[in-house]
Amino acid sequence: MEKKIPLNMDGRDVEAVAGQTILEVAREQGIYIPTLCHYSKTTNVGACRVCVVEVEKARSLVASCCMPVSPGMVIKTDTAKVRASQRLIVELLWASGDHNCLTCEQNGACELQNLVYWLGIEKPRFNVAPPGYETEKTNTMIQRDLNKCILCGRCIRACNEIQVNEVLDFSGRGSRAKVGPAFGADYIDSDCYFCGECVDACPVGALTFKQARFAGRPWELKKIRTTCPYCGVGCQMDLNVYNDRIVKVTGNRAYEQPNGGSLCVKGRFGLDFVGHPDRLKTPLIRKEKGGELAAATWEEAYGFIADKLSGIKKNNGPESIAGFSSARSTNEENYLFQKFMRAGIGTNHIDHCARL
Amino acid sequence: MTNSIEEIEFTDVILAMGTNTTENHPVLSSRIKRAVRQRGAKLIVIDPREIDLVKYATLWLRQKPGTDVAVLNGMMNIIITEGIYAKEYVENRTEGFEALKKTVAAYTPKHVEKISGVPAEDLKAAARLYAKANKASILYAMGMTQHITGTDNVKSCANISMLCGKIGIEGGGVNPLRGQNNVQGACDMGALPTVFPAYQPVANDETRAKFEKAWGAALPAKPGKTIVEIMDGAHKGEIKALYIMGENPMISDPDLTHVEASLKHLDLLIVQDIFLTETARLADVVLPSACFAEKDGTFTNTERRVQRVRKAVPAPGQAKADWEIIAGISAKMGYPMNYASAAEIMAEINAVAPSYAGITYERLEKEGIQWPCPNTGHPGTRFLHKDRFSRGRGLFHAIEYIPPAEQTDDEYPIILSTGRVLYHYHTGTMTRLSQGSMERCPESLVEINPRDAEKLGIEDGQTVKVTSRRGTLQAKAKITTRSDRGTIFMNFHFHEAAVNFLTNPALDPIGKIPEYKVCAVRVEAA
Ligand code: SF4
Ligand code: SF4
Ligand code: SF4
Ligand code: FES
Repeated sequence: MEKKIPLNMDGRDVEAVAGQTILEVAREQGIYIPTLCHYSKTTNVGACRVCVVEVEKARSLVASCCMPVSPGMVIKTDTAKVRASQRLIVELLWASGDHNCLTCEQNGACELQNLVYWLGIEKPRFNVAPPGYETEKTNTMIQRDLNKCILCGRCIRACNEIQVNEVLDFSGRGSRAKVGPAFGADYIDSDCYFCGECVDACPVGALTFKQARFAGRPWELKKIRTTCPYCGVGCQMDLNVYNDRIVKVTGNRAYEQPNGGSLCVKGRFGLDFVGHPDRLKTPLIRKEKGGELAAATWEEAYGFIADKLSGIKKNNGPESIAGFSSARSTNEENYLFQKFMRAGIGTNHIDHCARL
Repeated sequence: MTNSIEEIEFTDVILAMGTNTTENHPVLSSRIKRAVRQRGAKLIVIDPREIDLVKYATLWLRQKPGTDVAVLNGMMNIIITEGIYAKEYVENRTEGFEALKKTVAAYTPKHVEKISGVPAEDLKAAARLYAKANKASILYAMGMTQHITGTDNVKSCANISMLCGKIGIEGGGVNPLRGQNNVQGACDMGALPTVFPAYQPVANDETRAKFEKAWGAALPAKPGKTIVEIMDGAHKGEIKALYIMGENPMISDPDLTHVEASLKHLDLLIVQDIFLTETARLADVVLPSACFAEKDGTFTNTERRVQRVRKAVPAPGQAKADWEIIAGISAKMGYPMNYASAAEIMAEINAVAPSYAGITYERLEKEGIQWPCPNTGHPGTRFLHKDRFSRGRGLFHAIEYIPPAEQTDDEYPIILSTGRVLYHYHTGTMTRLSQGSMERCPESLVEINPRDAEKLGIEDGQTVKVTSRRGTLQAKAKITTRSDRGTIFMNFHFHEAAVNFLTNPALDPIGKIPEYKVCAVRVEAA
């Protein structure tokens, strides 16, 4: 049995489990504590301190994401002191960067913007002084604008602790602190695998999917869960669709198995083929050997195939007809394909590229 | 896979053999890397190439391509000699141990070193690490199967796993990683010459009677031909018509010259695809399909998990889902198939495929389910062979090492292995249209060891000519220690440098898989 820890949170008597943090208990209880640097499944570093709470008898405010519960704790999440502290942090973050939401891709899905709103901050108390970095545009997959970076380190932990690709880290200190690949390299010149885990992890608009820029606002996108069409891992992913077009692909950490929200470059950035102009749009028939393929209707194509196949079956027997099914088609389609070959044609010459 | 992807993260020792996981199954490789970096698991990599996983490995055995059976026999030799195998497990749950013991006795570490180039001490360390682990999982992929001894390689993995009692337990098992998204499902659904859905043999009278009843048609009893045999049949004129759905053998198959001649020899070639592929260009009829994002259905991943595919966008032009097209042709042929949706087809699958019986769309809405799942109340199966093997006792196969079909000689002194790279997939039809992938990897490269390059006077980025006994091609050289001396690596994603003009179509006699990992070539400056 796990050891139960009695405590009190916002006046409620609560039973927690040993080892839980204050934040985890609050979430279980449906009590909202804001966070920025906390990112589940990675180490809690306590960098932003926006998650502070008051704990009776503690000397100062406590970062709830890092603090394990102990018996008899009396916790308050919404005192004036807590709010004042959170306000100060958020105002400083606001002032430290170029948080111009008008053109930011993250507008409407930004955790900093949400906090400003939640705390009801009318305008920034401090002078806004962004560091003046160049926006990195040297690849077509990930855009990096460090002027919006709040140095929460989530991208670093996503890269190192979730994907374990070990590409990102902090460099420099104080106001010159920066996140990115080693030696200040651009993504494209680094060992980056372009899995995009860091982009999904970024709470603000510092890391965004480049092809999604100006292609639809977060609230306009329809998210449709599906399975990646590439390798056998079968990652679960959300296709973000706007105007019948896939704008970007995002991981969803709520989908536990098999990938827990992680993707790789193929699932993430490999879907340009879907809406590609070269896609086949009509059936094509080559009426005579040596002739050209010409557009046809479905009726014509079905008729042509049925005639030819029936003729071959009649003259040479069903054994002279074979089919390759596909490791890329669905189960239902593979099922139907072999049913058609076996029951419709009468042959067992069915295979697919499993071996290649 | 006998076990689940999730379990890899919580095992003690991972033996990765012939799997370049970080490039071919990237998200699964994160589980391996997390196990190593965060949970103290030990990783043994057995691979001729210095793949990225080596960076995370406790031990890396660099064997000569095609010597896997010798390496595994050598490990079993050590494990038996040192008495560190699972005696009770072998006693109670397996048979054939004595024969195995006799065979592997000849594979002493010294002897194996001579065959494989793996130092005897490393082999011992690997054997001990694997055998003594509490839980140990074997992962493998095409690096094991694409050999004439592919079936032997796979059986050898099963041997060592049973010998050490590492199968049928959580975090253990023998786990093939499937290269393509729905290879597992295509096999499960009976897209194979010998079996109906759920691996029910076509040659079995009772089974056939069951399907004849379900499908309302007489069914052929004789098992059919495999891909390579079908190609040969077309070449010889025995196969007159071929219906290809979503495959591109004009890039993926061994010996492309032969494939092209075979396809051209057909009276009727029907190709159903999303693009006008190299294969489709040869067709008499081309049928436009909807892609995965334009239809409903399910895929089954490498851990046997059946998961939903959902329609997100409309198909272009007149393109239709593959299942609608098949039904359309079938109806015209006088065998009507009436389904209003993919879900209705799944309902039929539930009825005829026992391992899929409980996998309904309704249940799949929230999460995927791993087969076997015999009824709708069953939660699915995370790992197989828990208390017993499907045949009762696990059978050891005593296997001798057989060298690759093609050997190097003075004229063709270098071994070519082919495979995939992170940024592309299979025949490139899909990834080559992705801006990002092309930015990272715009062409096929010949990965060659620095010392070989120096000897041949080849510089990084220089165009080289690669010639085998079957063909020749040109591509740029990439000088890297990832390739061992005397070996080169190329991917097969680019039709401009289609490696399958070079590869050896020699097949594994049982698995019928071509030996893509070993072919003798000559490399020279172009
Ligand atoms: S894209 Fe992936 S590998 Fe590259 S920096 Fe981000 S998390 Fe790391
Ligand atoms: S780039 Fe984003 S995730 Fe990374 S430190 Fe900056 S704000 Fe945090
Ligand atoms: S996202 Fe990558 S790892 Fe996941 S299924 Fe797709 S190709 Fe495989
Ligand atoms: S969320 Fe707790 S310190 Fe940042």
